[in-house]
Amino acid sequence: MTNPVLSVRNLNIDYIGAETDFHAVKNVSFDIAPGELFGLAGRSGCGKSTIAFAVSRLHRPPALIRKGSQILVDGRDVLTLDDAELRKFRWREVAMVFQSAMNSLNPVLTIEDQFHDVLRTHTGMSRAAARERAAELLKLVDISPDRLSAYPHQCSGGMRQRIVIAICLALNPKLLIMDEPTTALDVVVQREILQRIDVLRRQLGFSVLFITHDLSLMVQVSDRIGIMLEGELVEVNDSRTIYRAPQHAYTRKLWASMPRLHGVQITGEVAP
Amino acid sequence: MTKAAPILALDKVSKIFGRADNPLYAARDVSFALHPGRTLAMVGESGSGKTTAARLIMREYTPDAGQLLFRGAPLGKADSKALKAYRSSVQMVFQDPFSSLNPAHTIHYHLDRPLRLHQRKLSHAQRHAAVEELLTRVKLDPAQLMGKFPHELSGGQRQRISIARALAVNPQVIVADEPTSMLDVSVRLGILNLLNDMKRQLGLALLYITHDIATARYVAEDIMVMYAGQIVEWGDMEAVLGDPQHPYTRLLLSAVPDPDRRFSEAGEELNQIETIRRQSALPQPEIRQIAENHFIRPMP
Ligand SMILES: Nc1ncnc2c1ncn2[C@@H]1O[C@H](COP(=O)(O)OP(=O)(O)OP(=O)(O)O)[C@@H](O)[C@H]1O
Ligand SMILES: Nc1ncnc2c1ncn2[C@@H]1O[C@H](COP(=O)(O)OP(=O)(O)OP(=O)(O)O)[C@@H](O)[C@H]1O
Ligand SMILES: [Mg+2]
Ligand SMILES: [Mg+2]
Repeated sequence: MTNPVLSVRNLNIDYIGAETDFHAVKNVSFDIAPGELFGLAGRSGCGKSTIAFAVSRLHRPPALIRKGSQILVDGRDVLTLDDAELRKFRWREVAMVFQSAMNSLNPVLTIEDQFHDVLRTHTGMSRAAARERAAELLKLVDISPDRLSAYPHQCSGGMRQRIVIAICLALNPKLLIMDEPTTALDVVVQREILQRIDVLRRQLGFSVLFITHDLSLMVQVSDRIGIMLEGELVEVNDSRTIYRAPQHAYTRKLWASMPRLHGVQITGEVAP
Repeated sequence: MTKAAPILALDKVSKIFGRADNPLYAARDVSFALHPGRTLAMVGESGSGKTTAARLIMREYTPDAGQLLFRGAPLGKADSKALKAYRSSVQMVFQDPFSSLNPAHTIHYHLDRPLRLHQRKLSHAQRHAAVEELLTRVKLDPAQLMGKFPHELSGGQRQRISIARALAVNPQVIVADEPTSMLDVSVRLGILNLLNDMKRQLGLALLYITHDIATARYVAEDIMVMYAGQIVEWGDMEAVLGDPQHPYTRLLLSAVPDPDRRFSEAGEELNQIETIRRQSALPQPEIRQIAENHFIRPMP
């Protein structure tokens, strides 16, 4: 891939234990192109979040990234950034939405204050300018600017999740990481949010690393998908191939364990 | 296929929460019937009233209107003997297999206890054999698991124990409220297969409650779609999924993850979410038949 936004090379991550270490991510390499929506799928515990945290440089001990691993954002190795560079990197280069993000808003601040916090810290924007920018960002995620004066508890879960996404987009990051962003939400709300992300990434040109356990959803929205199994990336393909002609036995096994909404039902014989 | 007579039915049941001046209908005029050897799926979003329906069946809530029928007889008039029969005939499997098991007791205890309570005639040795049989039925190794505690089991194993416990009293009806929603995909199918086996081999009547319509299609012959306490559409699974008629069902189905449809092929309904939600929440007393086993309550 020429000029990928994200390039992960030979990524190895251990969780350091008292007696033994756990090799959670094993020699993983993949690229994400500008504007691309890349999905990372696999069963619980296969290492998806561990990768997401490492890419956003939010990993903490006992997670330890092995020497020789590379995570390049726009060609620059984020693993070598010092504290000052890291502050610039976060939000501006890579922003991350967590599964429980809708509960991560500060309960005593209004929505406007939460935007102002990020915008002031990173751009020194005045309150008036931040207010204008926040209204613009809320509109992007289909929320009326009159919500700016609301507190998080006055917003529904779906609305809070969209607000977090809007805050993540505040500094025009090149890469948005979404780790199970809608798992706690109802399907209709989930669909509204992801549909919006899909439109925005085309409109604004950012790339997305999307993590979910729902392979059907992932096929619908992603351009390409990586399938993980016990810390290894076992298949990377465009989403049509992942669905119609999966190459790895494990990908086929995943599909064989997922009941179908339409057409021929799975036989149920190959429970992994 | 001709259906056997229903074993359990809800007849125009309503359940209202909140104050009289601002009532919240968690169930509004809900009617459905469970038949031996068949699974009925209840699907709907959070807060639509699914668990309320389960609680009404488990008699944790009493209806504010309407009645429950057990083998055709109103439960409200039942004597204590009939109520006892009802209690052992109708069992529930919960969403969270961990919180429904007691951490202080072994797996053997969890399965032995219902046998002691409901099948008093069994000897100690007979009960032990029955526990082994139950574990085998849910595809767990008795020798390996009998002495273990709930925290020593995986999520999938724990949900198998809940199912075995429900089976211990030889029920005729099982109400499963989101039994797989906390489980990883890799173990979900095993539980769904188990539900199917129970239906086929033991002739149980199943109510399968879920927000996951694809799994509903895997286990159930019939489906009903709940919204704001009302069943807005119901009938044969393939008929409803293949030709959804109620705007809310269409909205729900257009939002369900479906690998056969890219996001760009979104249905019209997704542009009218607010309108559909608002109108679907209004009382819809009329019932319209779409096909032999396919009904909707048209929006007013
Ligand atoms: N702080 C930690 N200490 C030790 N091991 C950990 C820690 N965090 C995660 N692990 C282990 O690393 C592996 C990968 O975890 P990770 O959270 O990345 O999985 P995941 O793919 O995101 O799973 P899920 O779908 O459940 O979110 C798991 O086996 C997990 O038990
Ligand atoms: N005991 C109660 N007191 C007051 N309101 C209640 C009570 N139980 C349920 N409700 C309300 O009734 C409605 C239906 O709730 P219910 O739990 O049946 O929904 P559900 O479909 O099971 O949702 P979920 O998918 O989130 O489990 C909700 O608006 C809920 O807040
Ligand atoms: Mg995770
Ligand atoms: Mg519920």
